[in-house]
Amino acid sequence: MAGKPVLHYFNARGRMESIRWLLAAAGVEFEEKFIESPDDLDKLKNDGSLMFQQVPMVEIDGMKLVQSRAILNYIATKYNLYGKDMKERVLIDMYAEGIADLLEMIMILPLCPADQKDAKLALIKDRSTNRYLPAFEKVLKSHGQDYLVGNKLSRVDIHLTELLYYVEEVDSSLLANFPLLKALKTKISNLPNVKKFLQPGSQRKPPPDPKKIEEVRKMFKF
Amino acid sequence: MARTPILHYFDGRGRMESIRWLLAAAGVEFEEKFLKTREDLEKLRKDGSLMFQQVPMVEIDGMKLVQTRAILNYIATKYNLYGKDVKERALIDMYSEGVADLNEIILHYPFLPPGDKDGSLTQIKEKSRNRYFPAFEKVLKSHGQDYLVGNRLSKADIHLTELLYHTEELDPSVLANFPLLKALKTRISNLPTVKKFLQPGSQRKPFEDEKFVEELKKSFG
Repeated sequence: MAGKPVLHYFNARGRMESIRWLLAAAGVEFEEKFIESPDDLDKLKNDGSLMFQQVPMVEIDGMKLVQSRAILNYIATKYNLYGKDMKERVLIDMYAEGIADLLEMIMILPLCPADQKDAKLALIKDRSTNRYLPAFEKVLKSHGQDYLVGNKLSRVDIHLTELLYYVEEVDSSLLANFPLLKALKTKISNLPNVKKFLQPGSQRKPPPDPKKIEEVRKMFKF
Repeated sequence: MARTPILHYFDGRGRMESIRWLLAAAGVEFEEKFLKTREDLEKLRKDGSLMFQQVPMVEIDGMKLVQTRAILNYIATKYNLYGKDVKERALIDMYSEGVADLNEIILHYPFLPPGDKDGSLTQIKEKSRNRYFPAFEKVLKSHGQDYLVGNRLSKADIHLTELLYHTEELDPSVLANFPLLKALKTRISNLPTVKKFLQPGSQRKPFEDEKFVEELKKSFG
């Protein structure tokens, strides 16, 4: 008898957002408990709820899971978004890890010192245009199918779609030369669960706000 | 009909070492093609062999796999080191990711500018003693079994054992207050395949000292 998963994190994208996307795409309702002060985080630590004293943490199926990849892998398996066999799984993993690398760069950009921001932004644009987007466009071109792996929706279509939204936020012209990626983004966005998640009022979190980040950094001392 | 896996990487630990450990522990023989110059890397890139232009890359079962985690997950599944069901998998993933987080700091350490090394070493000591090792000691204490998950050898035991060796190199007394981790390290080290891998002459790579880093910088510019 499973209750809804409960997500413990800040009221922000960070390392929880891809988990929100995946649950939403799978049509799974979830609750969120936001960490709003150091006391909230300390309480979770003192509870013994956080194996490595860190969030994200997701309560699901009687477990308190930490580590984004562990959580994503579990959700993907549970909701059949992880391919049909180990060969499909490895492609999904390979693609998902490439996505995670670019996502990481984008995610930490707001946290980098002002004097490094321009260089980091240039690197993100370069890597998007010359490394990651071409790799995924090539995959779609190679088989001509609607989804990245196995001609069926998998977690990696969701992760990539999420990433493409962020790439556009960085610079809307970056997707210009990638027609198949644009088509995938549109197709996934039109799936009923994803469409709902993309609408205002959903649990999707907005782009990071530099002022808010400063406040959070001061409060949590990082 | 599977040929021997081929590992493409520098002749050093880096991000390939956990793959070497896992293959060795699984009793799988593998070949290595070392990148010695920038040209070697460019050749692989031009070949189209590297999906994201990066190594590690492992040729296995007709595929050219990149991304360390994708490679490790595939090997673990293939050789039954990934638990028996989705719940065991979740625990194995959670523990492996914790190991990977500490390992990330350790693997960068040899390549830091001299002025940054002390700070990093302090961080490694603090995190291993106060965050990661207590967490794993607690897991072993909670069930009293010989392995981290499911009373059976899994990738998590191999990754953790490797981490314990690497941490001890930098902080020899780190395991003093973690008797169950010490016992796990001994137990895993005595498995025939791991014992063999720990002996001189195996494909296990040595600690990356300053000389190694100098030479690597020279070859790759």
